[in-house]
Amino acid sequence: MNTFLDVVIIFSLIVLSFSMLGMVYRMISGPTLHDKIVALDTLGIMLMAMIALVAISLNSAYLLVVVLLVGILAFIATIALAKYLEKGVIIENDRDSDD
Amino acid sequence: MKSTLKKAGYSRVQKQMHDVFLQFTSKVVFFIIIMFAFNLFFAGHYTPGGGFVGGLLAASALILLLIAYDRKTLFKMIPIDYRLIITTGLFLSLAVPTLSFLFGTPFLTHQHTYLQLPVLGEIPLHSALLFDLGVFLTVAGTTLLMIALIEGEES
Repeated sequence: MNTFLDVVIIFSLIVLSFSMLGMVYRMISGPTLHDKIVALDTLGIMLMAMIALVAISLNSAYLLVVVLLVGILAFIATIALAKYLEKGVIIENDRDSDD
Repeated sequence: MKSTLKKAGYSRVQKQMHDVFLQFTSKVVFFIIIMFAFNLFFAGHYTPGGGFVGGLLAASALILLLIAYDRKTLFKMIPIDYRLIITTGLFLSLAVPTLSFLFGTPFLTHQHTYLQLPVLGEIPLHSALLFDLGVFLTVAGTTLLMIALIEGEES
């Protein structure tokens, strides 16, 4: 049972690594900025999955904090880039002013 | 699609448009992130965490509000200069290890004790917490000051 779990975890890590390589390619040479942003967000989610798989493999609960942290940072990065696409400015000085 | 929006006068009204979803969600998520930041800060002695990560996460919670609202709202929320936060943090990080000279112990030696509280039971008290609070304030203030200066105008 334990060796079966190890085999599954190692296989999943290999598959995740290859899909992360594809995401890095899309992030560098995406045709538009939107593709790059979606690829960056997906890369963050794959990073969370990879850390969770390593946590299962090491049988430790300490790495779960890292998963939550990477999730929060990827969320904020996606929000900031989406606002840049929508308004062209990320941090406004006064959102009610006209100019 | 963009030219259609521009033809309909989108560029004139987009400043007055309020992003309801983003603003309401960031109000809720802000408290979750700030609670996780303090959890990481207090967990930092034996488990992953500490002042650096906690400060970084608290600053990113404030940056989320800064993205959803604007700089005037954040200044109304924290009406002090970020340089003052950095100064307080650096003072704490320097003063707490220096205090150990008073007890005749080497630099950065910490004291700890256990406190009996009626409801909470036995909780540990450690003077490394004050040192970590200095790191927390320094990192949070530095990150906020960097973001505010990158954004452009001097506040």
